[in-house]
Amino acid sequence: MTDMTVSSNAPMAPAQAKSLLTLDDRTRRRNAAERRFRMMGLVGVTIGIVALVFLLGSILSNGLSSFQQTYVRLDVFLDPARLDKAGTRDPAEIAKVTTFGYAPLIEKALADSMAAKGVQGEGISVKAAAELISKEAPADLRRYVLADPSAIGTTVTFDLLANGRIDGYYKGRVTMDSAQLDRNVSPQQLMLADRLKSAGILTTHFNWAFFTAPDSSDTRPESAGLGVAILGSAYMMIIVLVLSLPLGVATSIYLEEFAPQNRWTDLIEVNIANLAAVPSVVFGILGLAAFINFAGLPQSAPVVGGLVLTLMTLPTIIIATRAAFKSVPPSIRDAALGVGASKMQAIFHHVLPLAMPGILTGTIIGLARALGETAPLLLIGMVAFVRDYPAGPPEGFFDPASALPVQVYNWTQRGDPAFIERASGAIIVLLVFLILMNLSAIILRRRYERRW
Amino acid sequence: MMNNISTTMNTTTTTKAAAMIDSKISARNVQVFYGEKHAIRDVNIEIRPRSVTAFIGPSGCGKSTFLRCINRMNDTIDSCRVEGNILIDNENIYDPKVDPVQLRAKVGMVFQKPNPFPKSIYENVAYGPRIHGLARKKSDLDDIVASALQKAGLWNEVKDRLQESGTGLSGGQQQRLCIARAVAVSPEIILMDEPCSALDPIATAKVEELIHELRTNFTIVIVTHSMQQAARVSQRTAMFHLGLLVEENDTDKMFTNPDDQRTQDYIMGRFG
Repeated sequence: MTDMTVSSNAPMAPAQAKSLLTLDDRTRRRNAAERRFRMMGLVGVTIGIVALVFLLGSILSNGLSSFQQTYVRLDVFLDPARLDKAGTRDPAEIAKVTTFGYAPLIEKALADSMAAKGVQGEGISVKAAAELISKEAPADLRRYVLADPSAIGTTVTFDLLANGRIDGYYKGRVTMDSAQLDRNVSPQQLMLADRLKSAGILTTHFNWAFFTAPDSSDTRPESAGLGVAILGSAYMMIIVLVLSLPLGVATSIYLEEFAPQNRWTDLIEVNIANLAAVPSVVFGILGLAAFINFAGLPQSAPVVGGLVLTLMTLPTIIIATRAAFKSVPPSIRDAALGVGASKMQAIFHHVLPLAMPGILTGTIIGLARALGETAPLLLIGMVAFVRDYPAGPPEGFFDPASALPVQVYNWTQRGDPAFIERASGAIIVLLVFLILMNLSAIILRRRYERRW
Repeated sequence: MMNNISTTMNTTTTTKAAAMIDSKISARNVQVFYGEKHAIRDVNIEIRPRSVTAFIGPSGCGKSTFLRCINRMNDTIDSCRVEGNILIDNENIYDPKVDPVQLRAKVGMVFQKPNPFPKSIYENVAYGPRIHGLARKKSDLDDIVASALQKAGLWNEVKDRLQESGTGLSGGQQQRLCIARAVAVSPEIILMDEPCSALDPIATAKVEELIHELRTNFTIVIVTHSMQQAARVSQRTAMFHLGLLVEENDTDKMFTNPDDQRTQDYIMGRFG
């Protein structure tokens, strides 16, 4: 017995007593490994932060200027001799006057204004001076008159959009040198713009129209706005929310609580997980085939976009909801069943409310993903050029509309560099929406999180 | 505690005469399977009304499984299969015509870990009566809640904070809240699955005292790991081992002179 203890103890016993004040090799190597790992983590995080700062910096530096716009403030006399020759104030007659009828009014107003403020033309013709004003301006004027025919014969102060090149001049995009080579603007016109600015005719202020105006043609970047895109995205989000939340939650409840565990439910489960990983373009093709070609729904309509995005969001919501259901402790279910609640009552009275924060978080994150999705929308025709606002819901769901990310994609395809600024501005708007949604998800989770 | 034991002895002698004739729950050849595993083997037992019956035995012996058969909580486990009959008031609860929801209103349950709903104290107790439609008016419901809390010995501690969360109570209070919740639907039988295993000795003493009081109105079946507890609270004790009902006897006999050698060994601490 003593022999055994001695022999078994011998290899275990330390050769000599070690001081705690000196590190042995093993400990040193372990500590070095830990330091290395921490350093790698730190480097990774730093790279991430630098990339984020760079991204935000480039987007903000390109896009923030789109929230400012240059306007020309003019007192325009709405001359009845041009707008309503017959003098009947008949809307049908007034509508016959095209934008070409309004352009001379603006030219005249500009000339008058320059004369009144003492701005010298310096050899620039009135026509060339009027080129400082956007081609969209006569259309704005015409819309104003058609909305209010009684304004004819009066003098009204308008903030008319300046031409995109003039706007770009004050945002640093257009310079005297570039104007030399530009067919659309001359250095003389830029100098005139400077004189107009010092006379107070040319002003720069916040660009509300960016959020409300529809898209514009290639030659009028100054009037391009996100109105239709925001409306289209909002409609799609409504459809996605209304369809995918109840459907997703109901599916999860069935799969999690009622479905028997067998090969079929396993198959369904695997497929849901796979669907969450399917590239979004594939959903676009599915939407094109199923909703447009087969079901005959209109192209470019938010309803189709919403349906496609619903299909895309459903797996995310189902997975999040099931995870939320799993996280509710079974003791709550037992407690409810123990006092004689039916399965349905136990679920709807106790489990669902406790799972709600998780469900809402998953839903909002799914919605945020859907909001930023571009690819499937391209395939169902939402990339079309849409200038007319969709009607109010529900008819508006079937009207052509655009969507925020598609508008970004669309603008980056345009030739005029002014559209790059617009696209960056649209990205900022999109990011703000996404941040707000994620923030609300975090707040909801914090607010309703419970501990057991 | 001494007091409890003496009353225990008194009642057991009186109930002995009435054995077999008057039983609240009777199990006949009950077998339980979890998938392939044979968890309960051919259990036959008669449980007397208005008394406390304790189930003891080592871990995994099937005592909790059998307890959960009495209110069909095992139905919620997919792989679980129950054979044989359990009769409550001479009605087979495994009859296809029996709705487990109705059964559970008659057979309440208190679980191992206190599991109040994360709602107010009032809501915890009111939930059962509400879903069973026991109260027509708000005032009726208030009365039910108050009387349930009184029966559970919790009323004086919580009467001023009924709207506070049930999960904010101490462990012992939570467990008594769970008992109040079970009592509120006025069941005839209360099943308790190791109700004191998560409680400290003082809270345990309170719950045991409560069990003792509830015995006058309810039939109580309690699963416990503590043999002292079984001795303190119950009149009859059943010993389970490896899915078999080894012995069922009067509690005082069980702990002084058991018939079966395995019971003797378990009580003496030789296994388990």
